[in-house]
Amino acid sequence: MSNFDPNTDMPRGARPEEQITTDPSKPSERMQFRLMLFNLAPWIIASLVLLLLPAVFTNNSTITIMNQMMITIVFALAYNMLLGQGGMLSFGHAVYAGVGGFACMHIMNTSDFFSSIPLVILPFFGGLFGMGLAMIVGSFSTRSAGTVFAMISLGVGELIAASSVIIVAFFGGEGGVSGNRTDALPFFGNEFLQQINVYYLIAVWTIISAALMFLWSRTPVGRMANAVRDNPERAEFLGYSARWVRFYSFVASGFFAGVSGGLFAINYEILTEENLNTASSGVILLVTFLGGVGFFFGPIIGAVVFTLVQTVLSLQTELWAFYAGSLFLATVMFFPGGLAGLIMMHVPAFKLGKSKLLIIPYVKTLVPAAIGILAVCALVEMTFHYRHAATGDHEMTLFWTTFDSHTVLPWLVAAAIAAVGLGIARATAPSLKEAWNEANTRGAAS
Amino acid sequence: MSVPALELTGLKKSFGKAEIIRGIDLSIGKAERHAIIGPNGAGKSTLFNLITARFAPTAGTVKLHGEDLAGLEPYQINRKGLSRSFQITNIFPAMTVFENVRCALLWAQGYKYSFWNLVNRSSALTEGADEILDQINLLGRRNLPAGTLSYAEQRALEIGITIAGGANVIMLDEPTAGMSNTETDYIMDLIMRVTEGKTLIMVEHDMGVVFGLADRISVLVYGEILATGKPEDVRADRKVQEAYLGAALEAEH
Repeated sequence: MSNFDPNTDMPRGARPEEQITTDPSKPSERMQFRLMLFNLAPWIIASLVLLLLPAVFTNNSTITIMNQMMITIVFALAYNMLLGQGGMLSFGHAVYAGVGGFACMHIMNTSDFFSSIPLVILPFFGGLFGMGLAMIVGSFSTRSAGTVFAMISLGVGELIAASSVIIVAFFGGEGGVSGNRTDALPFFGNEFLQQINVYYLIAVWTIISAALMFLWSRTPVGRMANAVRDNPERAEFLGYSARWVRFYSFVASGFFAGVSGGLFAINYEILTEENLNTASSGVILLVTFLGGVGFFFGPIIGAVVFTLVQTVLSLQTELWAFYAGSLFLATVMFFPGGLAGLIMMHVPAFKLGKSKLLIIPYVKTLVPAAIGILAVCALVEMTFHYRHAATGDHEMTLFWTTFDSHTVLPWLVAAAIAAVGLGIARATAPSLKEAWNEANTRGAAS
Repeated sequence: MSVPALELTGLKKSFGKAEIIRGIDLSIGKAERHAIIGPNGAGKSTLFNLITARFAPTAGTVKLHGEDLAGLEPYQINRKGLSRSFQITNIFPAMTVFENVRCALLWAQGYKYSFWNLVNRSSALTEGADEILDQINLLGRRNLPAGTLSYAEQRALEIGITIAGGANVIMLDEPTAGMSNTETDYIMDLIMRVTEGKTLIMVEHDMGVVFGLADRISVLVYGEILATGKPEDVRADRKVQEAYLGAALEAEH
């Protein structure tokens, strides 16, 4: 049997820490403590980073970006419970986040109830509503995976998105539903007036949600989700109903999607049809795939990178979606394991202690390639400016250089840099490949 | 006599107009090692699939320990203590060898759809899986992705997964298919060891392979049982010689 899917070449279960923890040669207690620390290290570091980031980036707009990033992280991790761990491709997962978020907005607007609960537990209600909807939809959509599941998810997604203009009482029509988070019961005197307060609320929820989703993948039903993904028939002959395993994954995923919707409601204090339409469902698929579905932390990377592209790059260029799409395309075509897969590809070289061999070849190939790609981007930007700038506006600024986009010279320069950069990258690629093979071969080290 | 482990009565299966299984009556006692042999296309695998509810029978009943299995799903039948392997290796190729076996233990150890237990915290699961791996001699391959094992090792793993859940009726569909003679001997020896005291039902193409192992042999030809009995009796049976061994000889020459 071969591995059809390169993503699953290195499944979660095959990760080194798992192999060590279950080593039969009974480690002593001290060893066990060290291993526990080793396993917990990424979590502790990530939590510390999340809690300390606002000390580094203090201005409000950065905190807003980070809030959005964390909300996307929770949503993408929830989505990957289906896609990566359960093998279910959903085209309509935004509705669970959206419905959770809308439910939270309505709770915010129910002043009697809302003023009696602290804001920090609101995302939990979002989760419950997301989960409730997932239970209803999952009862018929999880009967099979594959195309049938994907089509039902698309249909349900469209259906609910369409209802948003019909059931105005719940979805608020085109204007959406807005509210005020500060109406909640003060939490230790905190009314969450400022962005930084919201940041910490979201950060704590992100850490808890990520930890719970990680632990889920280590439970019997989480392990069987992997088994059903790989071979549903075999799982059935081991006593597990593939359908019920899928259903539980779906419901759990709906819960955490709902939590992310609740966090969105708290952060933006408004939800619109945009939160649950097919475009949003597409974005989360893109984010998750970009990060890598084969690893638990993949969607986290995807969410961080995508949010940066979406926020920071969009300030620089109107064409950010074009670059996001190109990045996605390149990932799917060349690195089906996503960015996480790209990182994990280097683990064997590190283990062999040969990662140093890669540094110089990487510099030799990737730096010219990056310069070449930036030059191609410049050509794209110039074309865009040439076609769409206001008449008579010939001046444009690119990479700190101002020039006239209607003269030949800038085009020649950009094209030349692109050709030379990509040419060098191409010429040095074989030696990079050689170094790569050398770094991944045991023995005969320098 | 006690209730048979598995009892088939008037079992039939048609695909469209083609009648593949044409009325099978068979009773297999507890702890019996029963081999079903027959030429290609006799319906051996179809019979297996009928018993384990992979296909629904056109007519007839299947009883496990006296209980009718009609209308049950494969996973329900498995929970009643019947486990099977497949003719084409059917494992979880992307998971490690250890995880393959551990997955097979989950239901048997009562975890069901639990999401409040962590699998690596359970020493019963880890030790149970390692014990099975030891039995099938794959302890050394424990942490490799199952898909990277050699063919014979994958077949051994498949048997390990099949027996791991502690089912008392084990059905193996051509466990030695596509193996060399040494590998065949190895696997047959393994099967002998791991199915000790259990009811074993095994499909084989070649009577020679099961001759030493089976308590009884049934010969299936064109969807019907031609003869059932002790290996020596079946081999001596005139009809069997004509229909099966004769055909096999003809095919060889």
